[in-house]
Amino acid sequence: MTLAITGKVWVFGDDLNTDAMYPAFAMKMDPPEAARHIFYEVRPGWTDQVSAGDIVVAGKNFGLGSSRPVAALFTELGVAGLVAEEFNSLFFRNAVNAGLPAMTIPDATTMFDEGDIGAFDISTGEWRNETTGASGSVPKLPDLILEIIASGGVLPRLAAQGYLPAELGDLLRSSTVAIRGAGSGA
Amino acid sequence: MSMTIIEKIFARKTGVGAVSVGETVVVDVDMTVLIDLQFATMWLEPLRIHDADKLAIVMDHAVPAPTIKDAAGGPHARKFAAKFGIDRFYDVGRHGICHQVIAENGLARPGEILACTDSHTCAAGAYNTAARGLGPAEVYSIMCTGSTWFQVAPTIRYQLEGVKPDTVSGKDIFLHIANEYGDAANLNLEFGGPGLASIPMHDRRTIATQGAEVSADFSTFEPDEVLTAFLDERGVAGYDAAAPDPDATYRDVRQVDLAALEPYVARPGTVSRNGLPVSQLGKQKIDQAFIGSCANGQLEDLEIAADMLRGKTVATGVRLLVTPASQAVYREAMRLGYLQDIADAGAVITNSTCGACFGYHMGVVGPGEVCLTSSTRNFTGRMGSPEAQIFMASPATVAASAITGHITDPRSVTR
Repeated sequence: MTLAITGKVWVFGDDLNTDAMYPAFAMKMDPPEAARHIFYEVRPGWTDQVSAGDIVVAGKNFGLGSSRPVAALFTELGVAGLVAEEFNSLFFRNAVNAGLPAMTIPDATTMFDEGDIGAFDISTGEWRNETTGASGSVPKLPDLILEIIASGGVLPRLAAQGYLPAELGDLLRSSTVAIRGAGSGA
Repeated sequence: MSMTIIEKIFARKTGVGAVSVGETVVVDVDMTVLIDLQFATMWLEPLRIHDADKLAIVMDHAVPAPTIKDAAGGPHARKFAAKFGIDRFYDVGRHGICHQVIAENGLARPGEILACTDSHTCAAGAYNTAARGLGPAEVYSIMCTGSTWFQVAPTIRYQLEGVKPDTVSGKDIFLHIANEYGDAANLNLEFGGPGLASIPMHDRRTIATQGAEVSADFSTFEPDEVLTAFLDERGVAGYDAAAPDPDATYRDVRQVDLAALEPYVARPGTVSRNGLPVSQLGKQKIDQAFIGSCANGQLEDLEIAADMLRGKTVATGVRLLVTPASQAVYREAMRLGYLQDIADAGAVITNSTCGACFGYHMGVVGPGEVCLTSSTRNFTGRMGSPEAQIFMASPATVAASAITGHITDPRSVTR
C-alpha cells in the first residue's frame, strides 16, 4: 500500500458522522452495495461521481460516531485516502487499520477546492495542491501507524505474523474480504 | 511526574515511569470484547488467539436475529467460542448490551484496559477503566496479539461541585456539559471532585458512555467509595485503581455546579452545543418514546420509568418502547414489578438488544416522525428515516413525555 497519494479531491464540511456514511440499513447489505450509500443524505449521488484514486477532504470532527468499518467502504469505492482538518480518533484508527492513508491538515478545506489535484505523502507529512501550487507539511505519523497502513491494514499484517493463513495475505488487502473477515462494529 | 487517570494507566501498562501527551504507547489489553456483528459475515477464524481468558463474546446488536445475515453469525460465534475455549460467551438468553454485560460480570476493572467493538465502550470509564471502542479489524487484531497502541491525548477535567438534585440524572448532567462545552475530539474526559459522591454508579455510566458523543477518546471517573461498594457487591477484587495526581496537567478544568442543574434535552442531530433545559423547549409533540440502550436501559432507569408510569397511561398516538439493557436487568425488573407497571401503562417492552438505538430493528422511526430517546445518539437517520427528528433526554423525561404526548419536564408530572 502506497503512503504517497495524488488524486482529485472532493471537499466536504464539518461533523460528518459515521451514520451519514454507513447508515444502519446499509449494514444489512454486502460491502459493495453498502458502499453505494456513503453520504446518501449529505450528498446524494456522490458515489456515482467519485472515481478510483480520488481523495476525500473533510473539515473538523470527521467520522464522529460508530465503530462500523466506514473506511473499508471508502476503499470499496476506490477512494485513495482521507484528509481532514480533524479526525475522530476511532474513525482515524479504522482508516489506519483498513490500510487507507489518512492525513490531518488543520486548514485542509481552505487550501483545497473541490476538483483540485492534491498530493499527500503520509510518510513525510508533506502535502501539495497541484492545482494552486500551495503546499505545506504536518507532523509525520508514528512509524508503527505507517507500518500498519503500508501493510494494507491489520488483517494482512496478522496473516504475515501467522495469526491468519499466510495464503490469505494478499486477499486480505481487499477491503471487501477484510470487512467480511472481521465483521462489523457499531 | 504528575499524571491524569489515563496517563497513569498507560504508564503502568508500558512499564515506564511516566507517559506524556503526544506519545504513542503500545499496551497489553486486559479484556477484549467481541460483539455479534463481527460474526455475521464470513468470519475468518484465526489460527491462534492470545488468551481465551482475556476474551469475551457478547451477542447484543442484532439479537434475536432480524436478518438471515445476522442469523448466520450465531453459529460462527458458538463454534468459535467452543473451539477456543472462550468461557465468557454471552449467548442469546444470557446476553445483554455489551457494556451492561461488561459491568454485571466484572469484566471492567479499575486501572485496567478494556477494548470492545462498540463505540460506547468508554462506558466502562465509570469503573475507572481505560476503555474505548475500536473498529472490528482492530479488536480482531487484539484478540490475536493481546496488545494495541494509543496516542496519549490531552485531558479535560470535569470538576464536579455541590450535590446533584434527585430530579437530575446522569443524562441531564451529560447533556448540559455537551451543550455548554461542545466537542472534545482527540481529547480524554476525566470526571471527579467533591460532587462525585452524589452521583450513583448508573448515572456515572450514562455520562461515561456518552463521552463518545462529543468525540472524546477515553472518558473515565475517579475511583471512590461508591465505586468500591459497587465492585464489592459484584465480587470484583484485586485491582489497582488509578487516581489522578492532584497536580496533573489538564488541557482545561471545568467546574460543574451540580445543584444548579435541571432536566435537559438535546435537539435533533447532535448533542454538541445543541441542548437546553426541558423547561425552555416549548411544546414539542412526539410520536415515539424510547427508554433503553447501554446508556439508559439500566435497572435504575427502568425503576425511574416505572415510578413515573405507575397508574398512568401512554398518550394516544405515542409509542413507548422500553428495552432493558440485559437479560439480567430484564429479569430483575420483572421480579421487582417494574415491567408490570411499564406494560400496564401501555408501553412495549422488548428483549435486550442495541436494536432501536442504532436504527437496525425493534422500533425504527419513519419519515416525518419525532422520537424522544434516552439512548446514546441522535444523529440524523440514526434511528431510522433521515426525515425523522430525534430529541434526547433522560428516562424520567421520556416517561413523562410519553404520558403527555409532548416533551415534558418530569418535575411537572405528579407521581
